[in-house]
Parts: sequence; C-alpha cells; structure tokens
Amino acid sequence: MSRIAGVFENLRSQGRAALIPFVEAFDPDRDTSLALLTGMAANGADIIEIGVPFTDPMADGPIIQAAGRRALNAGASLRGVLGIVREFRHGNDKTPLVLMGYLNPILSYGVAAFAHDAAQAGVDGLIVVDLPTEEADLLLPEAAAHGLDFIRLIAPTTSDERLPKVLAGSSGFVYYVSITGITGTRTASAEDLARDIPRIRRATDLPIAVGFGVRTPEQAATVAKYADAAIVASVLIEKLTNTNIATVLADVAALASGIHHATKAAA
Amino acid sequence: MLRYAEGMNEILKNSLRSGPDGRGRFGEFGGRFVAETLMPLILELETAYEAAKADPSFQAEIDYYLKHYVGRPSALWFAERLTRHLGGAKIYFKRDELNHTGAHKINNCIGQILLARRMGKTRIIAETGAGQHGVATATVCALFGLPCTIYMGAVDVERQKPNVFRMKLLGAEIVPVKSGAGTLKDAMNDAMRDWVANVQDTFYIIGTAAGPHPYPAMVRDFQCVIGEETKWQLQEAEGRLPDICIAAIGGGSNAIGLFHPFLDDASVRLIGVEAAGHGLDSGEHAASLSRGRPGVLHGNRTYLLQNEDGQILEAHSISAGLDYPGIGPEHSWLHDIGRVEYVSITDDEALTAFQLCTRTEGIIPALEPAHALAYVMKLAPTLPVDKIIVMNLCGRGDKDIFTVAEHLGFKL
Repeated sequence: MSRIAGVFENLRSQGRAALIPFVEAFDPDRDTSLALLTGMAANGADIIEIGVPFTDPMADGPIIQAAGRRALNAGASLRGVLGIVREFRHGNDKTPLVLMGYLNPILSYGVAAFAHDAAQAGVDGLIVVDLPTEEADLLLPEAAAHGLDFIRLIAPTTSDERLPKVLAGSSGFVYYVSITGITGTRTASAEDLARDIPRIRRATDLPIAVGFGVRTPEQAATVAKYADAAIVASVLIEKLTNTNIATVLADVAALASGIHHATKAAA
Repeated sequence: MLRYAEGMNEILKNSLRSGPDGRGRFGEFGGRFVAETLMPLILELETAYEAAKADPSFQAEIDYYLKHYVGRPSALWFAERLTRHLGGAKIYFKRDELNHTGAHKINNCIGQILLARRMGKTRIIAETGAGQHGVATATVCALFGLPCTIYMGAVDVERQKPNVFRMKLLGAEIVPVKSGAGTLKDAMNDAMRDWVANVQDTFYIIGTAAGPHPYPAMVRDFQCVIGEETKWQLQEAEGRLPDICIAAIGGGSNAIGLFHPFLDDASVRLIGVEAAGHGLDSGEHAASLSRGRPGVLHGNRTYLLQNEDGQILEAHSISAGLDYPGIGPEHSWLHDIGRVEYVSITDDEALTAFQLCTRTEGIIPALEPAHALAYVMKLAPTLPVDKIIVMNLCGRGDKDIFTVAEHLGFKL
C-alpha cells in the first residue's frame, strides 16, 4: 500500500478527514521550506503538498505567483525540490509528500529520469496542473512504473460523463478544485460542497481532497464534513510572508484541530 | 531535399496542409496542455469551431466583414523603388497594414468574435503585446457591442501608449500586467487566469497561432486569407507563383497565414524571420526556434526559450509584437521537417529596414514586418532579377514612432 493510501485508511478508521497544508519550495529559501515540512508534520499535517516553483503558474493566484518568484530568486529548481524531499525523509518516513507543479520543468528534467529520481527521493504523489487527461500518457506510465500516485484534478466544469475519463489511471486521492478560478481567490460554500462531492463520490472510491480557497479552521471543518481532506495553501504562504515559521505552524495546528472536531455529514 | 517524411504522424502524406491530427498536434507539437477547469471549454470550442467550419453561412459571414469592414482584399504592391535600390529579386509587399486597425490581427478577430457570438458568449478577453491584437479585439467588440477586457504587460503599456489609448477609446478595459517581465507572456498568463475564473460567459480571443488546440489551427485558418489572396493576386500580376515568401514571426500568425496556402507548392521557399534582439548570443532576443528547445507553455508543446530547469526565459525585442519566448506549434513542426527556413534579424537591422521602407516606398512599417524587410534586404541583392519575393507587410508603424524616435535620438 502506498503511504498516501495508508494515511487515508488509518484516518477512515478514526472517522476523520486529512489536513493537507502546502509549502512552496524555496519560498523564501531552502531552510525555511525544510523547517516548515518538519514542523507541519509535527503539528497535525497528515499529508504535505509541495509546490514546485515555475515561472508561469497559470492556475495560481497572486499569492502563490509571488511565492514562486521568491523561490526562483532563491535558486529553486526541480532538482533542488527533490533534494529537499530527500533531506526531509532522513527524519520522517511516514508523512506522504505530494509534488504540485507544471509540466515543463518535468519535461526538461526528462520524464523517466524525473519519475525515477522523485520516487527515490521519497515523493509519494504528483499533481501536474497543465497535464489534462488528454495528454496524460506523457507522464502516467512512468509515474505508475515508479509507484508514484498520479493525482488528478477535478473541476466544477468537469461533467459527469467526463469524470471516469479524467479519473482513469489516477490513484492516491482526487483533488477537487472547488471553484472555477485560480488559487487563493474564492471559497466554495457548504452548499456547493454538499452538491459537488457526492457527484464525484459516485465516480470513484478514491478519497476526495478539496482545495482552492480553504483558509480558516471553520472552512477546513466544513470541507471535512463532506470530503476526505482539506488542502490549505495561499493563506499559509501569506502568513509566512507577513510573520514567521512558528505562526504558520500554529495555524496548521489550528486547522488540524478544526478538522479533528468536524463531524461527518451523513453519506 | 526536404525532410517531409519525419514526424508526420496522422497527417496525410500527400499534403502538408492537413494538420493538426485528432489530438491537436502537428507532429509532436501542439496539443492541449491546460488545467482541467478549462479542458471542457477547450473541447466545447473545438466542437463549435468544427460545426462553424462546416456551415457555409459562417464563412459567408466572415467574407462579408472582411470585405466591407476590414477592406479586403489587401493590395499586393510591387515595391519598385525598393527593388531597384536593392538590385536583385523583384519585391512585392502584401499590404495587410492597410486593413482596418492597421494590421493583420483583425482577420482573426473577425473570425473569432463571430464564433463567440455563435456560441452565445457575452464577454470577450484578449492578451496583447504591441497592442495591435488588443486594438483589433477592442474594435470588433465595439462593432458587436460586447464588453471587452484586454490584458497587456505593464512594460508594453508604457511603450505602446497610442494603442493603449485607442483601446480605451474603443471602450475596452485595459489591465496592465505587472507579473514577470510585464510583456506578452505575462499578459497571456493573466488572460488565461481570467478565463479560468469566468468560464461560463467568456470567450478568449487569442491573437496568435499558439495556445491549446484548436487555437493554433483556428487562428491559422482565419489568417490564411493573406496567403490565398497573395496567390491569385500574384497570378494576376505575374502569371505565376512567387519564388520566396517572407514574414516576421513572434507567435507566428501572420507568417502561417501567408505560408500555409503555399505549403504544398514545393517550388516556393518560405522564410520566417525571428527577432534576434541584441543578437542571438546576447541572451536578449526572442528567437525561440534558433535558440530554444521544445517544452510546454500556454497550452501547447512548442519551441521555447527556457533554462536548463525548464523555467521560461524572458524574451527581448525592440518590437513588442515579437517579444515572446515561444512560437506557434505548426511553425515548430515546419521547422523540424525543414519545409520553412527560419532566420533572425536584430533590433538594429530592423530599425535600418524601417527607415529604408519609409523613404523608398513611402510606407511606415510596423517594427514587426521591419524584421522581415531586413531579411529581404539581405536576400534580394543575392538573387537574379527574375526571382520574385513576397513579403508580408503585416502592420503599419504609427504605433512604433515613439520607440523609433527614441532609438534614433529624437524627442517627440
């Protein structure tokens, strides 16, 4: 069983959802990212998503765009991100790590070499924003060959007919982009989630994570009521920019507590 | 001589004009690399475009606006003084700078806005570099009464003030984009972000033959009127095909429009001119074919300027319209199979050509076609007088006079 599947199985037996915080690698430097990863794992993160900086992050809002620019100025590269994962794994063999990014750095690295090196470094799953199912044959076979979970994005615009096609070959969990828009802008309401999550549930047995616009412990609890995981990104980056690592970790702990106290909606 | 056989995939063996294949690819280039939120829309657009293409009333509608509003056909002008001055091949200008709004961009905008109307979209967005596509988009939006938002790099807003004001007069909202280097690439990123957030009512009019399928094919189809007219106009004037067609390339829409109708005419040399900026080895240029390598950006796989980590590099050109680190995917394919030759011209060479054209032909060209002309200046004198070159004069230079004045040391 993959690390990701193991985490969700364990949480299911506890009857609670997962918290997936986000770290933009190298924002503002390598040491901060490592400290955040280690600290988040100790403060209630069940899985951690690592943003791989790219010059042209088309699905991201101003906050993650700015984080990516700071990271690139600090010398971020895909190779460097794998280095961070490798170092994190020296002290943590349990928390799943998912890389989220754009296709071109992977193509530039070489798809086969990347899948091999990512798995070796201790990466568990991949989310490639600009690789829709129509183009997935570029990466999916190599990811599968190296045991990397291939996590697909589902959007409000994804029709019921399209869902099985998009989910083909995916594993780990499903990432529901809960709004039509870019990261860190709008937030889906409880009514939206009550309508959308069952629709996806009917198409897959995989756990469903909700991202884009989850900011507060209350919102995370709402997500946890309907879905299996809440992904929190922009608000943590904002906090890091304005304060320090300790405050971010306190927020992660508060978000985790919000999720732990959430009650599941009747299925 | 030409390496046609490679990379043709499903494209018909007997024609170079039948691409892209069912996955929107020209050989290994093109495709649809967009976020899932947009993917259903891209598919819907493809279906709508295929249906429109099959409907004769759609083409009839386009023809009506091209003739009576844009002013097509544009003239094919024998540049006699320039020909004599250069002392070699006979030079013709395809005068797309005479179109309404002053560039070839309007050909595509007419096609796309008519499609947007067929699809029931009520809001238009676009990106622009030099402002020509922005002006053309704002123009058709005014004509059809649709609200219009134009994304433009903050640097370009500064260097293309006349076009910014024209767009405002036409009723468009201009959003200066400050991310990245504040040029065309960044404007395109923000336009796509807008689209993702407004998928229900918004139609994105992409200005060049790039982006996710079906845009490269659709923009090309709407621009092919340039090459088709050239073919019959030169037949009338000279009774034959040209020997060489030359056009400037940023994303490559004016060039593919001129070249595509000639792709299967093996005797016609096709030459695309990239912007070499301060020189190909200066690190400051926009020559994605000469100095880039294949990658994925803005929805398509194509040649890109990028570093060893796959991060996209900033392009540079004196011409805002060529200042883009990628190129349309069909050009990447035509480059790899060797059907089109791609060369490059520096800022300084383009400025020299700009002045020569102005003084010998009384035509102020845009800085974009000035790149094509600079290559004509190199090539024509090496050829015999019975050879014929057609150059696409794809835009007029009024928008560039401030930039040119600055480089020539004048203060306006």
